[in-house]
Amino acid sequence: MGLVDKAIAWGGRNSPWIIHFNAGACNGCDIEVVDALTPRFDLERLGILQQGSPRHADVLVVTGAVTLQTRERLKEIYDQMSTPKFVVAVGTCACSGGIFDGCYCVTGGVDAVIPVDAYIPGCAVRPEAIIHAVDALLKAKLPKAAGRLKKDKKAKPDRKEDAAHDGAGNDQ
Amino acid sequence: MSERDGKFVLPIGPQHPSLKEPCSFKITLDGEVVEKAVVEIGYNHRGLEKACESRTFVQDLYIIERVCGICSHAHTSAFCRCVEEMCGLLVPRRAEYIRGIVGELERLHSHLLWLGVAAHEIGFDTLFMYTWRDRERVLDMLAAIGGNRINYGVNTFGGVRRDLEPELIAEIGRVMDALEEKLKYYFELALVEPALIGRLSGIGILRPEDVRRFSAVGPVARAAGIMDDTRIIEPYGVFREIAVNGVTDDHCDVYGRTIVRVKEMLESVRLIRVMLRELPDGPISVKAPRRVPAGEILIRVEAPRGEDIHYVRSTGGDMPDRVRVRAPTEANWHGMSYMLEGFHLADVPIIIAAIDPCYSCTDRAVRLTDAGGSSLHAWEELRRLGIERYQSLGIDPSGIRLREFPRG
Repeated sequence: MGLVDKAIAWGGRNSPWIIHFNAGACNGCDIEVVDALTPRFDLERLGILQQGSPRHADVLVVTGAVTLQTRERLKEIYDQMSTPKFVVAVGTCACSGGIFDGCYCVTGGVDAVIPVDAYIPGCAVRPEAIIHAVDALLKAKLPKAAGRLKKDKKAKPDRKEDAAHDGAGNDQ
Repeated sequence: MSERDGKFVLPIGPQHPSLKEPCSFKITLDGEVVEKAVVEIGYNHRGLEKACESRTFVQDLYIIERVCGICSHAHTSAFCRCVEEMCGLLVPRRAEYIRGIVGELERLHSHLLWLGVAAHEIGFDTLFMYTWRDRERVLDMLAAIGGNRINYGVNTFGGVRRDLEPELIAEIGRVMDALEEKLKYYFELALVEPALIGRLSGIGILRPEDVRRFSAVGPVARAAGIMDDTRIIEPYGVFREIAVNGVTDDHCDVYGRTIVRVKEMLESVRLIRVMLRELPDGPISVKAPRRVPAGEILIRVEAPRGEDIHYVRSTGGDMPDRVRVRAPTEANWHGMSYMLEGFHLADVPIIIAAIDPCYSCTDRAVRLTDAGGSSLHAWEELRRLGIERYQSLGIDPSGIRLREFPRG
């Protein structure tokens, strides 16, 4: 793993920026996503910041069952994001289509359109669940060793371990 | 950004930092000034009315709750009242009071949410954080009543599903005391803070005649001095017993809408206190039949954003024949282009936010089967058509005295 990749993994782990997209939700999950960013839950203390542009974001937070009209736009936003990028489906509707599954204007869950890394069920999801999911996702996808910039002087660098983490950090 | 005849056409949305929900605007700019604004909605259309028509009434209640996550109680209140009126159910008084309390708590959380979003749009993020912190207390109370922070599922046909315990009543009272103090602070802030006044005054103007022309409802109409609060002009449920002090303002702009909403929150706190004090004893629901008698009904309920209209038609089965939801934002969209035109691009986000838009409420499909021609009905003609229709059903409406609505 090169220094640039390590720096990206380090940044992603310590300060993941999220972008929020409503693909046809009822607003319930959206306000809970915003709620998670405000004083009671304060995601910002974990370095998580909401961003407006998909090009600046690491994590795409999608709410709602994907409607026919937002489907192309969702794909476009996903393609605009730079790697490593992760997708979190927030709410039962985003996970599977939920109560709107089978409606004539609904494609289904987010995974029918773009690959999803974490599913958070709930109607509406609680902010605690969002925080837990984003944290667990980043721990799993960007392991700590991969995100370490300076090599630990005491422990000798292990080439095998590095190679293993290479795979873990770049599987997108 | 594309150039056309020397004018810039700026597309905003459907994914945009200042919009929490998908909606698209094509804004033609002459320098910094908005010359023309075209609103494109429909991104949130899920086919909800059709889904309701292919499910039973009880299942529909869960879909109707999810028309909108912010004003979910207002939607279920309207839908439940439709079914109750058609079945001839008499809702217990205690249930009506609990519905009223949850409805006013919902108005508090919706208006606090709006105040925060509006502050965020003008770059006043401190106020955004303050109001959303206070809003958490309201959500705690809603969670304590219904078990969920959003979509609390309190309403059912024939009453409510959750009762209020004495400890909870005391707790709500304490939260109201704490909240009132904060709200008074926000009210003073709105009256004296020069940055807030300077940023909100004189933009997004909609005068009383324009409100009539575009059929705007809710705080948008009330900020132009038109009292259209359904709780006052057509009292329902608990508001037949407890009078609401209507709030209006004559600024006609975004600032006026801010004042109206903050004052309404103070009024909601007062209403909740009165309802908690006079909460009657008794059952909280009556048993509702599974099948709804044939007929049709139109019910109006005051949602936080304005008048919410539900229409239900039944053929006597356990499924509705037609469900129509006209949420308040749908009425307020018509004036949006007019409100945006002539103002600066920097004011566009706050003017859009000032109607408190809710796209998931709005996006219904309408199919024009008779496209090509349009006709206008005058008030007298409409009334004549209505009387003829009721006479054909065997009802004589000529003895019914029409309520005189206050006109602009």
